[in-house]
Amino acid sequence: MPIEILMPALSPTMTEGNLAKWLKKEGDEVRSGDVLAEIETDKATMEVEAVDEGRIGKILVPEGAQGVKVNQAIALLLGEGEDASSLSQAPAAKPAPAPENPKTTPAETRPPEPAPHPDRLPAAAGRVGAPRERGREEPAPPSATPAEQRNGARVFASPLARRMAVQAGLDLAALRGTGPQGRIVKADIDAALSGGAPAPVARAPSAPPPAVARAPAAEMTGDAPFTMKPHSAMRRTIARRLTESKQNVPHFYLSIDCRIDEMVRAMKALPEDLRISINDFVIKAAALALRQVPAANASWSEEGIILWERADISVAVALEDGLITPIVRGADRKGIAQISAEVKDLAGRARAGKLKLEEFQGGTFSISNLGMFGVREFSAVINPPQGCILAVGAGEQRPVVRDGQLAVATVMTCTISCDHRVVDGAVGARFMQAFKRLIEQPALMLL
Amino acid sequence: MPETSFDLIVLGGGPGGYVAAIRAAQLGMKTAVVEREHLGGICLNWGCIPTKALLRASEIHHLLHRLGDYGFSAEKISFDPAKVVARSRAVAKQLSNGVGFLLRKNKVTVFDGQGKLAGKGKVAVAKDGKAVADLTAKHIILATGARARSLPGIEADGKQVWTYKEAMVPAAMPKSLLVIGSGAIGIEFASFYRDLGAEVTVVEVVDRILPVEDEEISNFARKAFEKQGMKIFTGATVKGLKKARDTVAAIIEAGGKTTEVTVEKVISAVGITGNVEDLGLDGTKVKVDRGHVVVDEWSRTGEDGVYAIGDVANPPWLAHKAMHEGVVCVEKIAGVAGVHPVNLRNIPGCTYCRPQIASVGMTEKTAREAGREVKIGHFPFIGNGKAIALGEPEGMVKTVFDAKTGELLGAHMVGAEVTELIQGYTIARTLETTEAELMATVFPHPTLSEMMHESVLDAYGRALHI
Repeated sequence: MPIEILMPALSPTMTEGNLAKWLKKEGDEVRSGDVLAEIETDKATMEVEAVDEGRIGKILVPEGAQGVKVNQAIALLLGEGEDASSLSQAPAAKPAPAPENPKTTPAETRPPEPAPHPDRLPAAAGRVGAPRERGREEPAPPSATPAEQRNGARVFASPLARRMAVQAGLDLAALRGTGPQGRIVKADIDAALSGGAPAPVARAPSAPPPAVARAPAAEMTGDAPFTMKPHSAMRRTIARRLTESKQNVPHFYLSIDCRIDEMVRAMKALPEDLRISINDFVIKAAALALRQVPAANASWSEEGIILWERADISVAVALEDGLITPIVRGADRKGIAQISAEVKDLAGRARAGKLKLEEFQGGTFSISNLGMFGVREFSAVINPPQGCILAVGAGEQRPVVRDGQLAVATVMTCTISCDHRVVDGAVGARFMQAFKRLIEQPALMLL
Repeated sequence: MPETSFDLIVLGGGPGGYVAAIRAAQLGMKTAVVEREHLGGICLNWGCIPTKALLRASEIHHLLHRLGDYGFSAEKISFDPAKVVARSRAVAKQLSNGVGFLLRKNKVTVFDGQGKLAGKGKVAVAKDGKAVADLTAKHIILATGARARSLPGIEADGKQVWTYKEAMVPAAMPKSLLVIGSGAIGIEFASFYRDLGAEVTVVEVVDRILPVEDEEISNFARKAFEKQGMKIFTGATVKGLKKARDTVAAIIEAGGKTTEVTVEKVISAVGITGNVEDLGLDGTKVKVDRGHVVVDEWSRTGEDGVYAIGDVANPPWLAHKAMHEGVVCVEKIAGVAGVHPVNLRNIPGCTYCRPQIASVGMTEKTAREAGREVKIGHFPFIGNGKAIALGEPEGMVKTVFDAKTGELLGAHMVGAEVTELIQGYTIARTLETTEAELMATVFPHPTLSEMMHESVLDAYGRALHI
């Protein structure tokens, strides 16, 4: 049966968008990861990538169509051994009003993952989580404890620690292991029980997991109906690292408005096949600014301040349930086209769970961009041990004063969060000044 | 001109020192070892290794005297003590040379002489009172080991009253022997000389022999030794020695009664004391407590950049503990990720007497005293096919579990080859297995190791062969 390709939701609030361009035509072979089409919202143009392999059987929504509803089928993909005749077998149920295509079924829907480009990502959490392993969703072996099964990610713990956790009603996944390779050992359970470890999630020891998991929340919500989504390992990492950051790192924030008309002009002047995003420029500008203000490319350590000699930029990429920050290493010495290609590759593999450890561990400076959601400005949480994170808002037309006259300019507000232990106000401000200069006069990036 | 500036200098080339040096070299540190006598230290030259060679000889002697059990007969069985000793010395020499080779292979510089601290990051090496070299290093590990402790009134004279050193190279087999102290060293010599035919008396101040072992194991071993003809006094002290030309009369006081025992030789094995003298510790922040250097979990002394491992530091005073400590200490210095301090509860202890003794973790008594509710398993050698086939039906395997969590708190064994078996329980402790994993493990049949399985099963009322 043909697979439906659906209109993706580029943000949680998006309900419809425009199909700007088809990059594949009927009959084209498609491999997983291929860019199929470009979708436009009022704020951004995004790519739709193929999830499945096959051949485009039929394009249901033509190029240029406006107001295409989210989750509406936009094309049909033929699998191996299927030909055009199978198109008539397309499922009959319809999940949403979709006049152009009445033939969809919720069970079969496979929307492309809704995060094709790092340009529209929530606040950075840094190197969160491990790359998703292939096959991790296979059923847990029968010997696995409830702790293992609950979130599907393997928790490394000694048999003794597992049993003690069950007896004490501790959630292993909430504990930090201090044994070999981070294995949770008896000492960690002892520490948790004596209050020396990260606060464990309390559970009644005897009740079955779903019921106990509900208990603490029930206190919070009274009778209100709810469902509970178990934490993934990544969610726990995000929670732990960002809580640590906000609790331990003295953040301060500096915002600056950048006029980006020049940059937008430069982008438009580029040839069709060289699609560079605003974010690619931002990465390059930030990296160069770090070279000009090296004191901002720094990390706190107990022994001293580490001054990084290379600008390794962590770029926040949203995942289906979390985020990850792959790294463009030495971005200060790379061309924008190369940065753009790397980001595209890293983001694609991040969403496919195929990043290697070294591709998202490390980094000296983070960038998070929520501009494509129309967010005007925001401040992000520092990703320790990095010293700074740059939060990038939307580029939009705003009234400005130019030569004493009211005028219209495309303005993008950027906010840096600095670890005051490492970066003082003036250093952060100098960095932002340098960044603004580069982003407003992109020609300087050529130097 | 040899190099004099190092990342790490290790004082002492015993098991702790040479292993630390090799690990340091592996980690890219420029390393030197200062050794005053033999590479390999006491362990290799005057301890663990040569005594194992001797005990192999006494084991063969024992087997030769029960050849009939196996269907053999032989006449005029005899041995030459000088050759037994010569073999033991050859074994030690071979291994000491091996250590020299390993250090060369790892490009560790060896200085022949006595090293001492000579100011911050400085080591002075002297040989026979003459300065040999002045060295500098960022890190200095004291691994100078220990020597026999001596008690007033029974000081070793090297002729009639021996320490381990003279006991290892007897000119002739003594006909009778008194061993003072029933720790591993004392009992191994007692067993060696008894199996070679000497009349052996053992005096222990505590109320049982092998005081660090589980009580049941101590009692089992005592019965076995007494069956072999050893005389054992526990809760006893040697009040004095009266030396005659060819004999020594020892006055032994036990339970208010005084006994006089006359023997040819006396072995004093009343413990050890750290080699902390002449190390240049005066004026440093290195603290010494009762003959041993005080260290933290990473083997750091009070003085920055000075560490102590093995017998010169805290107990247990065992070669394998020293080696592991050396590795951990060096890895910590080098900043290796994920280093863990040595877990002193997971260090096995082995005594190579006949029957052998091996154990790891808590005894039943210490577990109960620690407030643990315990489950105890036993399995006797007589219930094991391989033990019967070997003709070694005496011994037992005892396990101690925490009744609540199933943690293997300790394991205690006595009998043939148990020193080779204990590692199984040590791994179990290191991995923090519970009884469930041990029960689910398939042990090969027929082996002595099956008793380890059965003992676990027994603790939970599930033993199959008893």
